Amino acid sequence: MAKVIGTVVIDTERCKGCDLCVVACPADVLALARKDVNDRGYHFAMMANADGCIGCAACATVCPDGCIEVYRVVEK
Amino acid sequence: MNEEVRLMKGNEAIAHAAIRYGVDGYFGYPITPQSEVLETLEAEMPWETTGMVVLQAESEVASINMVYGGAATGKAVMTSSSSPGVSLMQEGISYIAAAELPALIVNVMRGGPGLGTIHPSQSDYFQATKGGGHGDYHLIVLAPATVQEMADFVGLGFDLAFKYRTPAMILADGIVGQMMEKVVLPPVRQRRTPEQITEQCPWAATGKSGRGHRNVVTSLELDSAIMEKNNERFQRTYAEIERNEVRFQSYYTDDCDYLIVAFGSVARICLKSIEEARKQGIKIGLIRPITLWPFPYEAIAEVAKQVKGILVVELNAGQMIEDVRLAVSHEMPVYHFGRMGGIVPNPLEVLNAFKSHFNN
Amino acid sequence: MNHDDIIKQGTKVYSRPRLMDDRNMHYCPGCSHGVVHKLVSEVLDEMGLENDAIGVAPVGCAVFAYHYIDIDWIEAAHGRAPAVATAAKRLNPERMVFTYQGDGDLAAIGTAETIHAANRGENIVIIFINNGIYGMTGGQMAPTTLEGMKTATTPYGRRVDLNGYPLNITPLLAQLPGTCYVTRQSVHTAATTRKCKNALKKAFKASMEGRGTAVVEVVGTCSSGWKMSPADANKWMEQHMFEAYPPGDLKDTL
Repeated sequence: MAKVIGTVVIDTERCKGCDLCVVACPADVLALARKDVNDRGYHFAMMANADGCIGCAACATVCPDGCIEVYRVVEK
Repeated sequence: MNEEVRLMKGNEAIAHAAIRYGVDGYFGYPITPQSEVLETLEAEMPWETTGMVVLQAESEVASINMVYGGAATGKAVMTSSSSPGVSLMQEGISYIAAAELPALIVNVMRGGPGLGTIHPSQSDYFQATKGGGHGDYHLIVLAPATVQEMADFVGLGFDLAFKYRTPAMILADGIVGQMMEKVVLPPVRQRRTPEQITEQCPWAATGKSGRGHRNVVTSLELDSAIMEKNNERFQRTYAEIERNEVRFQSYYTDDCDYLIVAFGSVARICLKSIEEARKQGIKIGLIRPITLWPFPYEAIAEVAKQVKGILVVELNAGQMIEDVRLAVSHEMPVYHFGRMGGIVPNPLEVLNAFKSHFNN
Repeated sequence: MNHDDIIKQGTKVYSRPRLMDDRNMHYCPGCSHGVVHKLVSEVLDEMGLENDAIGVAPVGCAVFAYHYIDIDWIEAAHGRAPAVATAAKRLNPERMVFTYQGDGDLAAIGTAETIHAANRGENIVIIFINNGIYGMTGGQMAPTTLEGMKTATTPYGRRVDLNGYPLNITPLLAQLPGTCYVTRQSVHTAATTRKCKNALKKAFKASMEGRGTAVVEVVGTCSSGWKMSPADANKWMEQHMFEAYPPGDLKDTL
């Protein structure tokens, strides 16, 4: 059976740390950086569990600031 | 259609002139004494001939914002109203001025304040010439005295508005709006094509098509440094208009001992007073400002050198008199004669008022 | 396969909309405006309307929409966007003209312009962001503020005896014969966001076909004004806003 794997690229400087992508992710891949902040002082989103990403783009779809790019590979 | 001689009301002349000038859109709301502008346009159905859009809006507030929207796309658009309606439009006029849009606004003045009267007045002089809405801006203000000028100033108003990217106003009174006179209507011009509009108005929000970059029409700028620069640009435009566009008409000023300053229909009454005075050996001249802004300060100051005093005649409590006093730097007696509430003085009344001030 | 390999070998399935400028938006973290801006950009791009679109921005948080979406814009006075759009569309009927308005702009100061433009059946799209509060001015009561909801001008909660009822304006617009499509959407989940995008597409298409006024209300959040985290604001919206403003089509004549 084909397996879909994905990954995201987050523009951490544009990210405002709103957490909506973290909530939207069905695979618990994303988290806000706990200590790190970007130049504007936001705890940006990052992949905490990269292996779980299925490239569904839910995170990117709800991101109000358009910070997330999503890539997907279908492994056969 | 060629030039045409007709007998009609001033308000009707505005409508016909608008169609013939190639105006793209008119947006208005009924109010006495100018409803004939909208009525005439609806009856003429110019959308069938020139393609002009005519729309009765839900309010004067909507009308002026439709004008803003149409002007923002580079179209030649106008509205007309009377005093209370023009008060409602002030916010929109300020936006139009601040967004540097060309547009024409017609105010056929009625007596105020408040709901006032439907009868003629000139009591919106301050509102028209000193800003009216919020912020530092000016309108080019044209004051017609005849039905012919009602027609002519539509074209002139648009020409100036587009030349300087600033709103122009025809400030008429109920007399000029309602009276019938002979008028020579100009030949019909084609409305500008989209290509001509793009060329004439490269700033217009017409869709990015063929331009590659976007146009934004806005009056907002939160960066104070840029906003100050914007204001300085507006002021440079106003200074240029003041240099180039002062218009007035002089009568009997070559040899006059006294001067009357009056605008609009009242100037015609004053001309009769002056002709009567001449029969009695009193030499009065008349200056009729055609542009109320920019105001003919220098023309008045020049004639003032030879006169003993000035009478300003207006259908209000004394508004233009402030500009006349500025013109002569308070160096000679400047008196006011005005009627209010819709009363129009006759030539004899004006002459009597003159005599009472100057002991003739 | 690691991160870099997926990027190299995979397909990009989501990226920032082409028509959105490469600049940070002024909106607060989690603001629904950003999502709707993305949708508008995507839909205009996908429908090939980039060069034909004229957006009318309101007074309110979205006043700077023209800084973010790369199309022509006209910034309107508060509440007057439908009047501005009326003229822009009538004078340029081949163009795609839409307004983007908040609840204060559309349902308080601009009620008359909104109702009359819709009643005339102007061929425009009205995008209505309803978050029940005035965001730009700092969280005051909006016409759509819910009963009991605390705002800067209803610090003890909106009281019907003092402030009147929340104004549910979209059903009013749906009643008007001039409207062809009136829908209420939200953008708080990926699924609802995709639905909202389809609604916008449908509205834009109807407007270009001259079917009348299309209204897309988006019930959104204002986490700053509501004084909640964006995630909590979404939950609160589902629990409370959706009760007063349930999502779904209110009218569809298409």
